[in-house]
Amino acid sequence: MALEGRVLLEAIVEETAKELYVRALKRLPPDVKQALEKAFQLERNATGKKILETILLNIKVAEENDSMVCQDTGTPTYMVKLGTRMPIDGAQVIKAINEGCKRATLDYSLRPNIVHPITRVNTYTNVGKGVPIICIDSIPRKDYLEIMMIPKGSGSENMSFIRMLIPAEGLEGVREFIISSVVKAGGNPCPPTVVSVGIGGSFDLCARLAKEAMVRPIGSHSPDPAVAKLEDELLRAINKTGIGPMGLGGSTTALAVHIEVAHTHITQLPVAVSMQCWAARRAAAKIFSEGRVDYSWSFEEK
Amino acid sequence: MSKEYSLTTPLREDDVRKLNVRDIVYLSGRIYGIRDATQRRIFKEHVPPPVGFRRYPCLHTAPNVRKVGDRYLKICIGTTTSARMEEYTPKLIGEYGVSAIIGKGGLLKDSLKAMQEYGAVYLAVTGGAAALQTTQIEEIENTYWEDLFPECIWQLRAKNLGPLIVAMDSHGESLYLKVKKRAQRRLPRILKEIGATT
Repeated sequence: MALEGRVLLEAIVEETAKELYVRALKRLPPDVKQALEKAFQLERNATGKKILETILLNIKVAEENDSMVCQDTGTPTYMVKLGTRMPIDGAQVIKAINEGCKRATLDYSLRPNIVHPITRVNTYTNVGKGVPIICIDSIPRKDYLEIMMIPKGSGSENMSFIRMLIPAEGLEGVREFIISSVVKAGGNPCPPTVVSVGIGGSFDLCARLAKEAMVRPIGSHSPDPAVAKLEDELLRAINKTGIGPMGLGGSTTALAVHIEVAHTHITQLPVAVSMQCWAARRAAAKIFSEGRVDYSWSFEEK
Repeated sequence: MSKEYSLTTPLREDDVRKLNVRDIVYLSGRIYGIRDATQRRIFKEHVPPPVGFRRYPCLHTAPNVRKVGDRYLKICIGTTTSARMEEYTPKLIGEYGVSAIIGKGGLLKDSLKAMQEYGAVYLAVTGGAAALQTTQIEEIENTYWEDLFPECIWQLRAKNLGPLIVAMDSHGESLYLKVKKRAQRRLPRILKEIGATT
């Protein structure tokens, strides 16, 4: 493609990155809304039910007023799947996303959250060193790219736990670490949560897997039957703890447990547990080589 | 059975003492928005706040705003996790006379003790429900310590802010501790049932 085409595509990615940030903040994906409605129907604890009722009312108010669901504009995170036949390269995509994220923040007066970790000086743009967090994967022989935007709230992100288990601890150790983490987190991550887990890989990879698990639609299962079974049994177990909505008691502690796995070393069993609050915000778009943009809630490419 | 109250700030001690955990409160009147950096300045740098907090509630927040002239207009006002503010809260209640902390996720034992001693409560919002909360905050009346933006002191006027759940009362009860203790008690059985060891 000619140079003008590449420059034009970069502008489209920038605009889409901006639009996705704002969309994600204002609307919840349909699978999340359905899960919350179901939880409201099933919850028996009076306090828990009141909270779920307030959550549903809040989602409605956000839609009616075209306002943000939650005030935390999060740590902007973009996951990208870049087709190898898409006439734009990774460096351009990163540049465009950074610019789009900054423009969303300035144009829409989004709360600036991003500070230097030592000096705590705010950049006021939600862009800084390493932020937005951008993960790019390649998809072979495709002439489009997909972007998913996650404004990751910090109340739930602060309730993230990682442990390098040893093989002797086995599946029992894995289960215990996951359920204990949920109890330890209590009301802090704004339950009901999506308990997002990475198992295997290395210290860094299992944390990344937990983040990938987090953005799966609620109701989806791991394609690996053993992992899918673990997801189901953990969800039932977690909802028996009674932590409940906002940690104030009830049977709805988690909306889902999502697990992603990777192979690991013979000596290792790393597990990462990260929480996604009930406001499980995400928005996605598919950008085609000719410049068309389709908005949705999830990746089409698995 | 939990009761429902509509209260107007500043809250008198007897307003607060009548509240028990699980009660539901709707608040109207002035409240102050503060959070991490605001309290670091008060308690670490020992700079007294330029406003009197006595018997007013403090909300753990940093809003999304738009500045027009020298005034801030609300865009989205929500509530942050309180746990990070635990070390400051007993002093905020004891020295500055704050009557209620409005937050999410709860506070720990030292705060609970101060609430009992000085007649204060913890009112839990539905975390994340900021779209609704924004409609219940009528106006940002004043802003102090703008250099800490967005973690300034925000003087807000609320109308029927709620439902707020009394999650820690002035009688030494914490719903968070109750729920957590019960969960920890249940844990060995839950783990046994799915074949895990403790």
